[in-house]
Amino acid sequence: MNEQDDHQTGAGGGKPFWTDKSGCREAIDTLYHYLDGELTLERRQEIVLHLHECAPCLDAFDFEAELKAVISRKCRDQVPEALRQRVYRALIEASGELPGPEYHWE
Amino acid sequence: MANQAQFADLAMPHMSSLYTAALRMTRNPSDAEDLVQETYLKAYRAFGTFQEGTNLKAWLYKILTNTFINSYRSKKRRPEQTELDDVEDLYLYRRMGGLEAVAAGRSAEEEVMEHFTESDVKNAVESLPETFRMAVLLADVEGFSYKDIAEIMDIPIGTVMSRLHRGRKALQKALFDFGMQRGLVAPVPESQS
Repeated sequence: MNEQDDHQTGAGGGKPFWTDKSGCREAIDTLYHYLDGELTLERRQEIVLHLHECAPCLDAFDFEAELKAVISRKCRDQVPEALRQRVYRALIEASGELPGPEYHWE
Repeated sequence: MANQAQFADLAMPHMSSLYTAALRMTRNPSDAEDLVQETYLKAYRAFGTFQEGTNLKAWLYKILTNTFINSYRSKKRRPEQTELDDVEDLYLYRRMGGLEAVAAGRSAEEEVMEHFTESDVKNAVESLPETFRMAVLLADVEGFSYKDIAEIMDIPIGTVMSRLHRGRKALQKALFDFGMQRGLVAPVPESQS
């Protein structure tokens, strides 16, 4: 594999860079377990070492980490105030007693 | 044993993440509100059995998930799709990322950030079949551990991992397709392989 092939991401049918290198293949296979914080310290250390010496893998990890952050950030919704009040009311009804004075609602 | 009087103080701060999950799962604001209210009522009544010191948010999600499955899923007219097309690993990265973008003076992260709007992300998540959607929501939006997800969805950890793996790939493809529909990403030549 020559230098240039190393830097192909492989969209549109080309082989991705990690196909033929076992270190890269292993890193890409554990990418999400790494990002999810689900690797043992030892496995995590091995991946970190690989990322230090492999720019294409590091780039792929950065991309996926940012994507995960973007998904989390852009998938939020504001609770309608009416729902909050509805739930408080339902809880009060269920308890048969008023909650403390810290709940200000109409 | 947890004290019911503390319930509102402890549980109400989780409402916005529960509401977000309810919206993604029901895909309908009015159903989502009903689902959240029902979840809080059930949780309140069961609060005596909640083990103090364990994960309250995960416990609330478990009730939300069960309630969704029992009361809302059955409303659907068409059967739920349970399989996904096979999508290659790192689908989006292979189309949008790579060192070419970095060489052009832009980071892959900036590319992703710029391309996808909130509605792209929400629509892409909502396009996933329910079982995959829930796993992706719990992991990527809420950051639950695999162990918590297994507990919430009542499935083995191995199943959590395979649903996440396949669900995330499908999510990337859906994001790419939404981006392409709006002309934000260029179409990629058909795969040769």
